[in-house]
Amino acid sequence: MNTLILRTVAPVLTALMLLFSVFVLLRGHNEPGGGFIGGLIAASALAIYGIAFGVGAVRRALRFHPMAIAGCGLMLATVSGLVSILFGVPFMTGLWIYPEILGVEVPLATVMSFDVGVYLVVVGAIISIALALEQEPGLPERSDGKTGGED
Amino acid sequence: METLFAILIGLFFAAAVYLMLSKYTVRILLGVALLGNAVNLLLFTAGRLTREVPPIIPAGMQALPAGAANPLPQALILTAIVISFSFFAFLLVLTYRAYQELGTDDTDGMRLAEPRDEPLPPVGY
Amino acid sequence: MAAPSSTPADLSAALVLTPPPLADWLVVLPVALMIALGAALMMIRKSVRWHGPIAISGLVLLVLLDLGLLWRVSVHGPVTMVMGRWLPPFGIAFTADLLGAAMALAAAVAALAAGIFALADIDAGGRRYGFFPFLMLLMAGVSGAFLTGDIFNLYVWFEVLLISSFGLIILGSEPEQIDGALKYAILNLVGTTLFLIAIGYLYAVFGTLNMADIARKAVGLRDTAPLVTLTALFVLAFAMKAAAFPVNFWLPASYHTPRIVVSALFGGLLTKVGIYALIRVAIMLFPVEREALSLVIAVSAALTMMAGALGALAQDDIRRLVGYLVIAGIGNMLAGVAIGTPAAVSGAILYALHSMATMTALYFVAGEAARLGGGSWSLAALGGIYRRAPWFSAASFLLFLAAAGLPPLSGLWPKVALLKASLDIGAWWLGAAILVSAFLVTVSLARVFLLAYWRPQPGLTGAGADGSAAAGGWRMSLPLGLLTALVVFFGLMPEPLLDLTQRAATGLADPAAYVQSVFPTSAQKGGVP
Repeated sequence: MNTLILRTVAPVLTALMLLFSVFVLLRGHNEPGGGFIGGLIAASALAIYGIAFGVGAVRRALRFHPMAIAGCGLMLATVSGLVSILFGVPFMTGLWIYPEILGVEVPLATVMSFDVGVYLVVVGAIISIALALEQEPGLPERSDGKTGGED
Repeated sequence: METLFAILIGLFFAAAVYLMLSKYTVRILLGVALLGNAVNLLLFTAGRLTREVPPIIPAGMQALPAGAANPLPQALILTAIVISFSFFAFLLVLTYRAYQELGTDDTDGMRLAEPRDEPLPPVGY
Repeated sequence: MAAPSSTPADLSAALVLTPPPLADWLVVLPVALMIALGAALMMIRKSVRWHGPIAISGLVLLVLLDLGLLWRVSVHGPVTMVMGRWLPPFGIAFTADLLGAAMALAAAVAALAAGIFALADIDAGGRRYGFFPFLMLLMAGVSGAFLTGDIFNLYVWFEVLLISSFGLIILGSEPEQIDGALKYAILNLVGTTLFLIAIGYLYAVFGTLNMADIARKAVGLRDTAPLVTLTALFVLAFAMKAAAFPVNFWLPASYHTPRIVVSALFGGLLTKVGIYALIRVAIMLFPVEREALSLVIAVSAALTMMAGALGALAQDDIRRLVGYLVIAGIGNMLAGVAIGTPAAVSGAILYALHSMATMTALYFVAGEAARLGGGSWSLAALGGIYRRAPWFSAASFLLFLAAAGLPPLSGLWPKVALLKASLDIGAWWLGAAILVSAFLVTVSLARVFLLAYWRPQPGLTGAGADGSAAAGGWRMSLPLGLLTALVVFFGLMPEPLLDLTQRAATGLADPAAYVQSVFPTSAQKGGVP
């Protein structure tokens, strides 16, 4: 898929979709959206980039291996659940802090960090599968198509 | 409404099973995808069908308004969609790899793990 | 969205307001630990040399946690922890009773053995691919399945372990493995989908997914709801997962293809998760409906035993032979479920615990035997192992006896319990199936010993016949020795284990303590919608 149109549009489209995915992720707290769908949007953005410029370009752009990103998200999600042990509440209880940032009260919660974790897991897992499918046949690189199975 | 959905779900299952009975892995995959959707629809109907009122507690109230949709099946379906999606993605890669490695998508031809002419164990010393 | 200013209503009906005791965290920690370690190993995927030590210490910690959990459950009764303060049936509850805790502990021990074995069996390529992260996630799935108290959550853990097992089964990506993995993946996916269908119907009938809540409500719904159909669906789904007779063909098609340590994990753990779920649903939730289905289950159990034993007899490849032994064992456990008396269920649980250790060890034996006996899996080519490795041969011999159910090893006691239970209810044919399948398994294993161990290696004469293969090293002998020691110990001293499984079975027959643990005031708080 080496057309000029796609290659011209792809970087802009990818950037926009990545931005939109973060918007969907943050919106997900009180309205439709969330980590899973945000992660899917981000993964499809990167897949478009991969279609235009090849798998190698996506891997370079990501800097980290997709599985490492997924692992990072899984860790973040688990830790978000585990911090409640310090506050004497059951596993996975949402804990809130309300720091004032530039005079605006910003509610932050372990719920949100959990969702960010889900976002990263989905991005990492889906992009590794997508890259495996976009990979030119015959190259030995074997992507591990897996997710942790979380939702 | 539930009856209609029951018939629809039945059709989904029938189509999924029909596809999965094929010996070509791509059709089996399509059957698996359809099966996942059939199950999601089943879960959705199992939670009773209601209309129009989203299960969100309005500001200032302590409970759901009457006639609100049941949120639990939706959560279950969301989980099931996520899971079936990741499975489908995995199976897609696996079938593709199988096609590359084994050169066929016909399951009758995939006899590497269980060869046709497998020897019997020796009968004597 | 809890703004700090809002004044909540009476939350005590829906939320946990008192801090849970720290010991309750033992229910959640095994799963959380495994997920966190899996994530950590995925993050440091490049530093392969750290994978082994981190994974092994994690598994040791898992064994300790499960030991603590088992101790707590056996002293204080079932332990429950809810997720996110929501009281059941609204919140997802993790509930460990004796059955779950004992199975989780046995699985952790088997996984620890497999982890140590993997240090030698999995090369750097396999580790870079992610063997240890997958192992951690697999154990998260297995522990979660044993410890959860919510049936939909059980499904989720099934999927977690399934998807990690997919990752493990194609480790190496040889064509043979891809072939096996494709069949394994699709058929297991269909099995878990059946499980999900059953959950959909169950939710339509009960309006709840919490197992304690279901057990509570089943009593009132028995006359009106189609519970036998529902139970039949569950039995079919779990039988598929456990590889019971008419739906067992995916197991011999796939379990011999991956690396031997992966086979060991699968053979030891995965089918037992299916049996566990079957026991949980058929014995604890729907005992009356199981009664109606008991003949079907019993026939399937007898056929599973025969299919496994006859299949083992006909195999030339020792890995496939062990695969059929796994199936024969599943038949025995299924017989316990079919009979359903506390004595039989206790026998089935005991068999499952024994089988986790024995089957894992038998796959190790198969791998080592192939290495020592000439680098082939075929019985026709193997030979001379006894001359090369007498200690290994002694351990194998003990494990063979255990798998066949001969005294004085741990395989004997569950078989005796199941045989007695089947004769007690007059099902002589089921008892006969247990005995005949045990006999056939003995024959097939005796033949393995005769051919692979005692016979001089075919095509190899005198001088080269000994000392050519080096000893496996501690990473191979330690896990094998550990599991063999367990099998011997519980063969000679079965009382603590028998006592444990009997108490577990009694707890399933009368789940009052389980329900009490989830709903502490269950007498008053009846019909929650």
